[in-house]
Formats: sequence, structure tokens, C-alpha cells
Amino acid sequence: MSRKAERAASSRFGRCPTDISEERLLPVPLFRRGKREIVEHFDVIVVGAGPAGSAAALTLARKGFSTLLVERGRSPGAKGMFGGRVYAWPFAELLPEWAKDCPIERRVVRENLAFLTDDASLGISFDAPKMAQGRGASFTALRAKFDAWFAKKAQDAGAVLVTGIRVDDLWREDGRVRGVFVAPNDRVVSDLVVIAEGATSTLVRKAGLKADLEPREVSVGVKETVELPAETIQERFGLDETEGAAYVYAGAASLGLRGGGFLYTNRASVSLGLVVSSEDLSRKKVEIQEIQTRFRMHPAVQRLIRGGKVVEYSAHLVPELGAGMMPRLSGDGILVVGDAAGFLINNGYTFRGVDLAIASGVAAGEAAEAARAAGGMTAANLGAYEKFLRRRNVLTDLERFRRAPLYMKKDRLFDVYPRMLMEIAERMYTVDGAGKERLFDVVLDEAASAGVPKLKMLLDLLQGARSM
Amino acid sequence: MTAGGTAGRPRRIVVCIKQVPRAQELQVDPVTQTLKRVGVPSEINPPDANALEMALQLKDRLGTEVVVLSMGPTSFDESLERAVAMGADRSVLLTDRILGGSDTVPTAYALSETIQKIGGYDLLLCGEETTDASTGHVGPGIAGHLDLPQITYVSEVRIINGKVRARRTAEDGTEWWETTMPCLCTVNFGCNRPREPTLTGKIRVKRGGLVTHWSCADVGIDPKKVGLFNSPTIVAKVDTVRLPSRSGQIFSGEPEESVRKLLASLVADRVIAA
Repeated sequence: MSRKAERAASSRFGRCPTDISEERLLPVPLFRRGKREIVEHFDVIVVGAGPAGSAAALTLARKGFSTLLVERGRSPGAKGMFGGRVYAWPFAELLPEWAKDCPIERRVVRENLAFLTDDASLGISFDAPKMAQGRGASFTALRAKFDAWFAKKAQDAGAVLVTGIRVDDLWREDGRVRGVFVAPNDRVVSDLVVIAEGATSTLVRKAGLKADLEPREVSVGVKETVELPAETIQERFGLDETEGAAYVYAGAASLGLRGGGFLYTNRASVSLGLVVSSEDLSRKKVEIQEIQTRFRMHPAVQRLIRGGKVVEYSAHLVPELGAGMMPRLSGDGILVVGDAAGFLINNGYTFRGVDLAIASGVAAGEAAEAARAAGGMTAANLGAYEKFLRRRNVLTDLERFRRAPLYMKKDRLFDVYPRMLMEIAERMYTVDGAGKERLFDVVLDEAASAGVPKLKMLLDLLQGARSM
Repeated sequence: MTAGGTAGRPRRIVVCIKQVPRAQELQVDPVTQTLKRVGVPSEINPPDANALEMALQLKDRLGTEVVVLSMGPTSFDESLERAVAMGADRSVLLTDRILGGSDTVPTAYALSETIQKIGGYDLLLCGEETTDASTGHVGPGIAGHLDLPQITYVSEVRIINGKVRARRTAEDGTEWWETTMPCLCTVNFGCNRPREPTLTGKIRVKRGGLVTHWSCADVGIDPKKVGLFNSPTIVAKVDTVRLPSRSGQIFSGEPEESVRKLLASLVADRVIAA
């Protein structure tokens, strides 16, 4: 066809000339194996650059594994959320020099535990400057800075960090995990995948290690970052520039639902939040924002954050799986660490997650090393993971606190008893000329009016003491 | 240069891109009347991203090599790395102090020289224009320097019997044009949806070596033809459109009462019907 005839054939406003359709557009193959198409390969891929993932990547890279660390957020910590407090003991071994450049907000030197009723508060305060030193040290931190710092350590050790990529599935070959898949058509191959995706991990489910999350298995965590000048925090909490305080609240903090509140001082802000059983939230039909608002407005809390500005609000699921409900922790070519594995301990007076995450990441690195020495990343060889977890007391602590309050199906602990304690305190300290009773009588009287049989109360008391 | 590689398919596509300030975040300095560029996040010029996507689609189908080219400061690496992470094979940045202040005339010259140094190209793709200057000069300028056939404002390209057939957006419809390779097309903004970077692509970037920096001397560009003093364009005046001021009104008090007042006011101003 001459050029002129062809142009005449296609109307100026028309569609493309018919002969164009002769070359049908070839469908794009899922994975093109052209000569330039090289599939990337690593010894290990770690999914998630939170504390667990970075600890695993750091350990693996040091042990000579080529390691890829993939993070969904634009940068490590961008999508992460935690209460804001880190127990530092795992660093003693992993990064002995951690204190030199770790983005610490404040070192915790004062622990507080408070029972709240609608308007009153009964508290215990433990002031110990020694707590800021040595293996038992803990500090407050902000995810954006802390996670970025930790991921950098993994990179320095040789791990390759890639951010802004969400892993959609595991890549399988011959029925075993062989890497990760990213929609629509990308995959990277590895001998081992370490799942460090956090509480809502989908890969754990897709790996067949765990069924869907049930409401009873998770709590909802919410946190507000309240901005306050550093000097105000120091003055109000009685701290110096480096010192920090931690508060745990029970009772009315969670409106009597299973759970509790927390407050941590950062350098120039305060992390204020709640962890509440999601089962209770749906059963009692309460919105967590409402509980958080009332918690924030409680006089005992208001006194601490007055004048502050809420600059950030975040929420996340918190695993409350307990040792009995954990997923399988390893499989052929796969290990699970951190929150994804349900490694979280809430025993009523401490909330632990980050330290367990880091310890489990280290244990995963050791398990990979042991499996490599034993001949490969098979489920049998990776089973050593559990041994390394026990060596760091991760599993042992989880089992020990299995009966801790949130795992217990007892509302009384969060509702009846705090109220009772408060009534006792009020009657103890009230002097209004109406006649004063003996403390023992007050306790008996209050116990009777709480409506809980005395034997049951005694059992609760014993069980509570054992669980803590 | 032989047009068309094996089986009449292009062997190498060169895509020219520019890094521009993200348009939504741009502000005009009210005093100096110039664009405030400092601290504004950057992106690949959106029409260039469409050109890149078009090249990558050809690569998906035909296995063509895609080379991305840009001219500017080393901060442009961000966009060139993104292009590689999206699937381009490699990228080249022409970067040299003496290029500073170049307008579209020296830019087209310098890019055409660099394209010749890259060599082996069958198809050149550029965005129709940039969002920060909107001249649309550079693509046609390159075609002129290289004496190549060009099709502008293209929204679709097909390779048929070793020729390029492209749909061109005209004012009153679309036209289909055909030409031999090598040739240049400028690509319509929004004609496709640029893909996201892939994990494999990002790993390739991390492994390094895919973004090459060339100076004018490396390419053999005549310093007397580039830079501010060799740019004929003079910005005589910039006008900004001032937004009319709005008279706001705040309804405070009890929610029910203030909503009632707001509704009454909207009805009174004939914004909504009673």
C-alpha cells in the first residue's frame, strides 16, 4: 500500500489503520528469561526492617550470609509503631557500643505503676538511678530514628536494605520456600526467608504457619505523641536532661477492659497510649479513641501532659498470643521473628516487645548458621531456632508469663480490684471527723461490698502473684 | 547507523528525562516572584515518566535495551536510579558546571551529542514538555541536531516491519504516522501509567554501577556552545496570578446551633436550596 493510499485509508480522526493489528501485542510473560534478565539471589531475605528484622539482618550479615533486608515503608520506622520503650539488654552482646550513637530519647530511671478510678489515682513509684546503667538499662525512643539507626547497623555489616517495597507472598519452587514474590511480576530468590513483618504479618499465614488472627489473640494499641518542651518535662517529672520516667496505668485507664495504659517521657514529647483487648472492645462495643480520650483527660494524666500538643496519633495490633498460641516458628526455608511470632510480654507492670524482637532476630541468625553447618535450610535443621530462643530466655519468659493479666480471662483484675483498692485508700486517708475504722475492718468491708466471694478473691490474689 | 535491529526491532531506546520539583508542592515566592525550589521534593518530570513507561513496555514485549539520559546536577541521580529501579537497563547523567544556566538550545545540543556517544539507538523518547518550564523545545531540538525524523505528542507507539508507527494527538483528533528508525518521539503526558520501581530493580541500583556520569569533556561537547552565556532565552518578566481573597466566617458555639446558622447562611447566599 502506498503511503498516500494508506493515509487516505485512515481517517484523520479514525482509529489506527487495520494492518497495525496484524502484529498482536504479545502478552507480557510473568517472568521473562531474556538474556539481560538476571534473577537476583541472596542467601537470606529478611522481610521487615523493624527491630527484629534489623537484628536478624545484622547477625546474618556478620555470619557471612548475603542478606537482603526489605522494608515496606519509605524508610525503616516510617510505618512502625511501638509504645516507645526499649529494654537494652540484647544490645550488650549484639552492639556493645550501642550507647555511643543510638538515638535514645531518655534513659528510664523511674518506674511508676498507678491504679486509676474515674478521678483518683493510687500509685507506686520506684526511683532507681541504677536502672539507667548496665544490662538492665532501658530507654525511650522514637521509631523513625531508632529503626533507621538499627537498619544502618545491619547495612554497615553488609546487608542490602531496600525500602518502599511490600512483599506480597513467598516464592516457592518445588514445594519449598525459595524467596519472595512482589506483585505484579517480580521475585527475588533465597535459601531462607526470615519473616519480621510485625503483628499483622500476612506471610506467616501464607506460609501456612498460622491461621487467621482471632480477636482474642490481639489487643489494640494506640499511642499519642504529646509535644512538651524538654525543660517542662524535666521540671514536671523531676528529671535531668537525660533521665526519663515510665508509667503503667491500670483500672479506669482502659475503662475496666482488659488492658492498661502507659506514658513514657521522650526528650521533648511524651508517648501516651493504651493497649486494650480487642475482644473486650467488640464485646463491650466501645471505641478505643473514646477510651484514649478519657484516659488523656484523667486528672492524674492531665497533670503530666497539661499544655502539650498532640502531634501524632498511631494505632496498631499487639499480639497477645501467649506461648500456647504462637505460630510455628520455622519451616522449610523459613523463620519467624519478633511480633510476627507473637513475641510480646505484658505482665501487668512491664510491656516488652522490642527486646524480645531483637533477641529473636539474633537467634534466627544463629539458627541459620547452625542450619548451614548441618547441610541446608530445611525445617529439621532450622528447628535449632527454638534452642537459640531459649538460650536468650525469649521462649522461657513467654511461657512464664503465659498467665499474665492480658492472657487471663479475668475482668475483675482490671475493674473490681482497682476500684476496691481505691476505696480502701480513700477510707484510709480520709479524716473528716466521721469516726475512723481500723484498716483491717476497712479491707474486709470493701471486699464484701465488691461482691466477689472471699475464696475467689484469695485465689485471684494467689494466681495474680504467681503470674507476675 | 543501521535502522532496526534483529527482525526489525529496535535494539536500544534512549529515554531523555529531567528531574523537576514536584508540581503540587511548588510555591512562588511572593516577593521575588520566582519559583521556590529549595526544599521541594523532586520527581521525574511526569511526561518523561510516561515516555519511560512507553519504553519499558516496548522492552517487555521486544526485549529492547532501555538507556535513560539526563542532564543536570548530581542530585538528578535520584531520578536516574528510580528509572533503573523501574526497569531501565542503565542510565547516563551528563553533568558539568559549564552546563549551568543552559536553556533549551544548548540543552538540545548537549543531549544530542551525548546520545551520539551512547550510540546504537533506534528510538529516542522524550516527554512532550517539562512541568517546570513547559517549552517542549528539547525533544524536537535533539531530532534536529541528529537529523532524525520525529513524531511529536505521541500516545502510542508500535513497531511494524522495522518501522515506528505512532498515534499523534492533534488538536482535533488523533493521527497515525509512520517513519523509519532511528527516530524520535515526544510522548504525551498521562498516556500511560508509569510503573512502580520493583524489588529487583532497587537491588540492581543498590549493587551500583548502573548510573554513569559524563562531563562535557567526556562527551566532546563544545564549551562555547553551552551554559548561560550561550542561551538566547531571556526571562523578561514573570507574572503570577493572585488568588482573590475569600471572606471567611466562623460559626462557633454548640454544634447543633452552629450547623443551623451555617445552613441558614448557605440558604441566604443561595448556595443551597432551603
